[in-house]
Amino acid sequence: MAIEQLGIAVLWSFLYGYLIVASIDFGAGFYAYYGRISGVETVIAPVISRYLSPVWEVTNVFLVFFFVGIVGFFPETAHYYGTALLIPGSIALLLLAVRGSFYAFANYGVNKNSFYLLAYGATGLLIPAALSTVFTISEGGFLTVRGNDVFLLMEELFYSTYSWAVVLLALSSVLFISSTFLTYYAARANDPKALEQMRRFALWGGVPTIISSLFVFIALRNHNLEHFQRTLDVWWLFGLSLVSFIIAIWFIWNRRSYGTAFVMVLLQFAFAFYGYGISHMPYLLYPYLTLYGGVTNPVMGRALVIAFVAGFALLVPSLVLLLKMFLFNARYVKGDLA
Amino acid sequence: MGTVDWSRALTEMTLAFHILFATVGVGVPLFISLAEWLGIRKKDRHYSLMARRWARGFVITVAVGVVTGTCIGLQLSLLWPEFMRLAGHIVSLPLFLETFAFFFEAIFLGIYLYTWDRYSNPYLHWLLTLPVMIGSSGSALFITTVNAFMNTPQGFAVREGKLTDIDPLAAMFNPATPSKVLHVLFSAYLTVAFLLGMIAAFSMLRGRKDEYYRKSLRLNMTAAAILAVATIGIGDMSAQFLAKEQPEKLAAAEWHFDTGERASLIVGGRLNPVTQEIAGALEIPWALSLLATHSLDGTVVGLNDFPRKDWPPLYVHYLFDAMVGIGFYLLAVPILFLALLIIKRWNAYNRFVLACALAGGPLALLAIELGWFYAEVGRQPWIIRGYLRVSDAATTNSHVNLAFWLFAGLYAVLGVVCLFVLARLFRNQPAELELETRRIIL
Ligand code: HDD
Ligand code: HEM
Ligand code: HEM
Repeated sequence: MAIEQLGIAVLWSFLYGYLIVASIDFGAGFYAYYGRISGVETVIAPVISRYLSPVWEVTNVFLVFFFVGIVGFFPETAHYYGTALLIPGSIALLLLAVRGSFYAFANYGVNKNSFYLLAYGATGLLIPAALSTVFTISEGGFLTVRGNDVFLLMEELFYSTYSWAVVLLALSSVLFISSTFLTYYAARANDPKALEQMRRFALWGGVPTIISSLFVFIALRNHNLEHFQRTLDVWWLFGLSLVSFIIAIWFIWNRRSYGTAFVMVLLQFAFAFYGYGISHMPYLLYPYLTLYGGVTNPVMGRALVIAFVAGFALLVPSLVLLLKMFLFNARYVKGDLA
Repeated sequence: MGTVDWSRALTEMTLAFHILFATVGVGVPLFISLAEWLGIRKKDRHYSLMARRWARGFVITVAVGVVTGTCIGLQLSLLWPEFMRLAGHIVSLPLFLETFAFFFEAIFLGIYLYTWDRYSNPYLHWLLTLPVMIGSSGSALFITTVNAFMNTPQGFAVREGKLTDIDPLAAMFNPATPSKVLHVLFSAYLTVAFLLGMIAAFSMLRGRKDEYYRKSLRLNMTAAAILAVATIGIGDMSAQFLAKEQPEKLAAAEWHFDTGERASLIVGGRLNPVTQEIAGALEIPWALSLLATHSLDGTVVGLNDFPRKDWPPLYVHYLFDAMVGIGFYLLAVPILFLALLIIKRWNAYNRFVLACALAGGPLALLAIELGWFYAEVGRQPWIIRGYLRVSDAATTNSHVNLAFWLFAGLYAVLGVVCLFVLARLFRNQPAELELETRRIIL
C-alpha cells in the first residue's frame, strides 16, 4: 500500500473509533436529560455514569488524534479546511469544551443541577450536527477558492438538502448507537428497568437511522453525481451494512444476545463508513484536493507510519485493559465496585 | 487590529490559559505517585489520603487542560494554516507522538481513578501512576520539541522554494530541545510543589492544626528546594543556549546592544529606545558574560548586529527579570522553611513562613506565564525563525475577531467555574473529616 493510502486508512479507522465512542457519549447525554425530565432518571443515570466516567477523556483523544493526524499526513488540508472552517470549527470547539469540562465539574465536583444536564444533553446533539458538516463540505460546492484565499459559503450550506440530510443521519445514528450500547450495558448490569427503557429507545432509533441514510443517498445523487456513482461500485458494502442492521434489530426485538446485537451495530456502521470513505477516494476535498496532491513527503510519511505502529502496540493492550476493567468486569458493571 | 493581530491575540490567550492547566497536568501525577508510594512504604495513611485528595482535584484541572488543549490543537490549523502546511512536513512526528502520549495517559488515568480499592497489593494500584506520569511528561516533551523547532529550525533544506532533505528526527532534536524540555518539565514540577504546598499552608493559616497539613507542607517544600535548584540551573543552561544559538533573544532580554566582552547584567531600569540609554537599572558588571558563557571575558552578541526589523520587542526584558526574580524567591522559601525545621529553635510553621509558601503558588504560575511570553515574544517577528514570519503564516479568514470573543467568553466561564468547583471540593471536605470517616487513628 502506498503511504497516502495507508495514512488515510489509519486516520479513517480512528475516525470510525471516534464515531462509535463519541456517539455512545453524546447519545447518553441526551438520554440522561430525557430521563430527568420524564422522571425515569434513577433508572438510566447510574448505568450511564458507571460506563462514561472512566472513559470520557479517552473519547476526546480519538478526535484530537484525527485532526493532528490529518495535518500530519496531509498538510495541505490545513490550508483548505483550516482557512474555511475557522468559525464553524471554533463553534464546535466551544461546544466540546463546555461539554467536557462541565461533565467533569458535575461528576467529580459536588452537585448536579438541571442546567448542567441540559447543557450536557443539548451539546450531545449539537456537536455531532456541527462535526458532520465537515463531511458535507468535503463533497465540494461549499467553498470558493480565490488565489490563496478560501471562503466557506455559509448560505449554500444552510439551504442545501444534502447538508440537512447528513445532519439528520448524524443525529439518528448517535441516538441509535448509544441506545444499543446502553441496552447491552444495562443487560450486563442486570438492571431490567433500565434495559427495557433503553431497548425501546434502540428499536425506535433504528427507524430514522435507516430512513435518513436513504435520504442521504438521494441527496448525494443530486449534489455530487461522481461520488454517487462511485458508491454504486461498492454497493455490496452498503448491502452488508443493511444486513447487519436487520440482524441487530432482530436480536433486540427478540430480547436476546444484546452483546451480539451491539457488535452487529458496530458492523453496520463500519460497512457504511468504510463504504462512504472508499467511494470518496481519491478526493479529500472535491474538487480541489486529492490524496496524492495533499500528501506529506515520503520521509515524514514513513516516520508517521512507524510511530503509528509503535504507538498502536502500546495502545491496544492498554485499551483492552481499560475495557476489561469497566466493560467486561461484571462486578464493576453491576455497581458492586465503587 | 488586522487578521494577524487577532490571530496572535487568540493564540496568546488560548496558550496562556492552557499552559496553567498543562503545567498542573504535568506536575501533579509526580506528586500523587510520590505520596501514594510514601503512604504504602511508611504505612502512613496520611500520605495515602494526600494522594487521594490531590487526585480528586487533579481530575478537574485535567478536564480543563484537555478541552483547552483540544482548542489549541485545532486552532493551530485554523489560525496558522500556512504554518501548519509548512511545519506539517517537518514536525508532525512529535505532534503525532504527543497524541499517543495523551492516549496513554488518559487510559491509565481512567483506570487509576476508579480502582482505589480493587487491588489487594497496594503497589499494583501505585504502579498505575507510572504510565500517567510518563504520558503527561511525555506529552510536554513532544510538544516542547515542536516549540524548540520553531526557535531553532533544522532537519530540512529549501531548494528552489521546495522543501527537501527532510529529517524528522533532526527536526525534533534541534539545538533548543535539551534546555527547553528540561526547563519546561522542571519548572512544571516546581510549580506544582508550590501549588500543593499552598493548599496546606492556606489550611494552616486558617487554623487547621492536623499533622496531615504539616506532612504535606514538609513533603512539598523538600521537593521544592531540590526542584528550585534544578530549575534555576537549567534556566542558566537555557541562557547559555540562547547566547550561542539565538543571541537576539537573549540580547533583547538583557538590553544588550553592542557586541563585546565583559558585558554587564542589567536588572530593571528604563530604556530610551532612540539613544539606547538605560536609566535607573541595577548594573552588575561582567555578570552577563558570566551567565551567557561561564567566563568573565566571554563575548556576548548585541542587538545592533541584527537588522532592526528582526528585533523582538524590547519589553521582554521585564518578563525575563520577573521570571528570574520569582525563581530565586521560590528557592528562598523552602530553604528558609527547611532551615527552621533543622534548627528547631523557632517554629518552622509560623505565619510568616506559611504566608510566603502561600504566595509561592500564584507566583510560580506567574513565572510560567512570564517565561513563555518571554520565549514566544522573544522569537518575534518569526514563527519559524529565519524561514517564516508570523505575518505570513496567519489565516486569511477575516472573522478571527469573532472567534477571539467566543473563546474569551469560554475561558472566562471555565476559569471561574473551575476555581469555584475546586474551592468547594477542598472546603466541603476538609482533611480532618476524611481522616475521621476513613478512621485513620492519629
Ligand atoms: C516556575 C517557573 C520558572 C522559573 C522559576 C524560571 N523559569 Fe525560565 N522559563 C520557564 C519557567 C521558569 C518556562 C515557562 O518553562 C520557560 C518558557 C519557555 C521555556 O522553554 O521555558 C522559561 C524560559 C526561559 C528562558 C528562554 C528559553 C528559550 O527561549 O529557549 C530562559 C533563558 C530562562 N527561562 C532562564 C531562567 C533563569 C536563568 C531562571 C533563574 C531563576 C529561570 N528561568 C527561572
Ligand atoms: C509546552 C507546553 C505544553 C505543555 C506542557 C502541555 C501539556 C499538556 C497536558 C499535560 C495536557 C493534558 C492535560 C492532562 O491530561 O493533564 C495537555 C492537553 C492538550 N494539549 Fe497541551 N501542552 C502544552 C502546549 C500545547 C500546545 C502548544 C498544543 C497545540 C499543539 C497542545 C495541545 C494539546 C491538546 C490537543 C491537548 C488535549 C489532549 C487530549 O484530548 O487529551 N498543548 N497539554
Ligand atoms: C504551552 C506553552 C506555550 C505558550 C504559553 C505559548 C505562548 C505564546 C504566545 C504568548 C505567543 C504570542 C507571541 C506574540 O504574539 O508576540 C505565541 C505565539 C505562537 N506560538 Fe507559542 N506558546 C507555547 C508553546 C507553543 C508551542 C509548543 C507551539 C507549537 C506547536 C506554539 C505555537 C505558536 C504559534 C503558532 C504562535 C503564533 C505566532 C506568534 O504570534 O508568535 N507555541 N505563543
